[in-house]
Amino acid sequence: MRAVDAVMECLKAEGVDVVFGLPGGANLPTYDAFYDAGIRHVLVRHEAGGGHAAEGYAKATGKVGVAFATSGPGATNVVTPIADAMMDSVPVVFFTGQVRTDLLGTDGFQEADTIGITMPIVKHSFMIQHPLELPRAIHEAFHIARTGRPGPVLIDIPVDLSRADIPYEPASDVSLPGYQPTIEGNQKQIRQAAKALAAAKRPVIYAGGGVINANAAAQLTEFATTDRFPVTCTLMGLGGFPGTHPQWLGMLGMHGTRTANYAMDAADLIVAVGARFDDRITGKLSEFAQHAKFIHIDVDPAEISKNVAAHIPIVGDARHILEKLIVEYRALEADSSRLGDWWKQIDAWRAEYPLRYDDSSDSEIKPQYMVEAIYAATGGDAVIVSDVGQHQMWTAQYYHFDNPRQWINSGGLGTMGFGLPAAMGAQVGRPDAVVCAISGDGSIQMNIQELATCAENKIPVKVFIMNNGYLGMVRQWQELFWDHRYSHVDMGEFPDFVKLAEAYGATGLRFTDKNTLVDDIRAAIATPGPVVVDVRVTREENTYPMIAPGAAARDMVG
Amino acid sequence: MGEPGTKELLSLEELDAAVGLRTGRKHVLSILVENKSGVLTRIAGLFARRGFNIETLTVGPTEDEQIARITLTVDGALHPIDQVTKQLHKLINVLKIRDLEPAATVTRQLALFKIAAEGTARSELLEFCEVFRGHVVDVTKRSVVIEITGAEEKIEAFAQVARPYGLIEMMRTGEIAMGRGRGET
Repeated sequence: MRAVDAVMECLKAEGVDVVFGLPGGANLPTYDAFYDAGIRHVLVRHEAGGGHAAEGYAKATGKVGVAFATSGPGATNVVTPIADAMMDSVPVVFFTGQVRTDLLGTDGFQEADTIGITMPIVKHSFMIQHPLELPRAIHEAFHIARTGRPGPVLIDIPVDLSRADIPYEPASDVSLPGYQPTIEGNQKQIRQAAKALAAAKRPVIYAGGGVINANAAAQLTEFATTDRFPVTCTLMGLGGFPGTHPQWLGMLGMHGTRTANYAMDAADLIVAVGARFDDRITGKLSEFAQHAKFIHIDVDPAEISKNVAAHIPIVGDARHILEKLIVEYRALEADSSRLGDWWKQIDAWRAEYPLRYDDSSDSEIKPQYMVEAIYAATGGDAVIVSDVGQHQMWTAQYYHFDNPRQWINSGGLGTMGFGLPAAMGAQVGRPDAVVCAISGDGSIQMNIQELATCAENKIPVKVFIMNNGYLGMVRQWQELFWDHRYSHVDMGEFPDFVKLAEAYGATGLRFTDKNTLVDDIRAAIATPGPVVVDVRVTREENTYPMIAPGAAARDMVG
Repeated sequence: MGEPGTKELLSLEELDAAVGLRTGRKHVLSILVENKSGVLTRIAGLFARRGFNIETLTVGPTEDEQIARITLTVDGALHPIDQVTKQLHKLINVLKIRDLEPAATVTRQLALFKIAAEGTARSELLEFCEVFRGHVVDVTKRSVVIEITGAEEKIEAFAQVARPYGLIEMMRTGEIAMGRGRGET
């Protein structure tokens, strides 16, 4: 059969039910195969939208996302989603077209060195040099993308090779001698960790996105409740532990709660699970959690002792390790009362430093209240996809995520324009869920073309634009650290999002009154099809509390 | 290890961190990789992007044509070697990495020296060449080319000696390294 038909067979064998992409010259044969392959293909309006949609799909479902782009500009347009997937460990397989093999290296039309450009930002990549390599490369790509620490894998296929005739046999097992991720944690280390926990008087569990990737949320909750261990999550880990649980401290880091950051600062033992001590978590590294010993559980050994030295490193899958840790810890029958003083301290912080904002105006919508209203209107049950900026931080603070894969955002790379296409991908993967994108008036314009995709395919995402007419987070930094010199952050009232939504075939709404906001949001969510809501909020509101960049946690402001 | 452990206590003070130490010495990393196109680029790119500096680099085939060996030297005073090797291990095409113990390793570089050494100076130079067990591989009236193999220090010592005789140019390979004894490197 044609190599491209073999590609379709491979996709089916990998359980792919939907892909996102845009055709072009160098992947025409592939698109010919899509014509009657029986695989759902969502035609996006920009390849970056396709890449982020595949990410949103992967994050919402836990399956591997798939995106297709042509050579040259098509491929460079997926560079941002690839980098994003790498930073946030999202399993996505990217297929890019490439010019004919006889044109390679000649600066042919729409030629770009896709493998070279993407090499630093992929988990792995395959440059197909012979059509017979294709099926094996695809199966290896899916295996690499979904196992170990997940990540993006790219397959670059020269157009002439994709037309070749090859024999196709169903997949056998992949063999990758240089790739054998550790799954089971070292039992001795796990036992040591349990003992350290039993000895700890001020422990904190610090969980990251690895808990979500490992499908270990239930185990994390069980582990935390084997005793009264306080839990905080990173931006990527939200939903890994219930946001309404009594042992929940709130998010930690730059815009985390004071309680979470103070607890880290005072802790004697920190259990990091699937987290990587990013600078947005540690603040000033030399003053980070100075009294603590660290247990570090991660599937990627290179993360252990990269930024913060671990006292008990445990390499492996978080779910497996937590299950064993629960057994080991229970067997120690530790005395829970030793944590009494610690909880007294935590409760005092909670009482003194709750998240708060001034909401004394008559009708003006505070951005924080907008998130609270969405939380109320959705009963805390929606899949929430955010873009990047102030709205992202407020959503992380005020929407209390109880479940994994309910919170989807771009953390490591901080990609504005992620939100709408990722929400679209999440909705395609979970057609029965209420999927809300919370975006900013800056972010939304970076991939707004995907409204057309949503309208055409009746993908009913509800988009709430937190509109303050600014690149808000940049404005906040200019206010705080650059003496109020607002350089190029005022976006004015452009465009008219209601008209734009209607032009794209979506429903456009505008909300300006906080008194009716919850009901208005409910009505928007009940409206069939894609809906875009322009929510006008206080223009110059700052995201607090905040650890200034490079400062220590105990010096939080706001 | 299926049964839970005993209840003996542990004090948090007893715990030590395995810090990413800078060892302060040169490390020779012997890396087996799949012999595929682009592997060297992946390794070089990784070093560049993580800010690790490669001092010397040698790439060559092994007895198995599917596998190539990359020998590279890194300064352990500048970089945490465990972080370097862990990052290398993440590359799918990297099969095996050994951080060779200097005492248990034979290392060699090869160097070519083109030296003017005219008149009586030439016989003096050739005596040094003997001492260093070098070979003369090219001679003209106005120059000789001498080949020296050995560990880094020997080559540097010969370079010192050769310089006063009118060193025209010097070329050096990277280092290759093999573990002593019967075991495979």
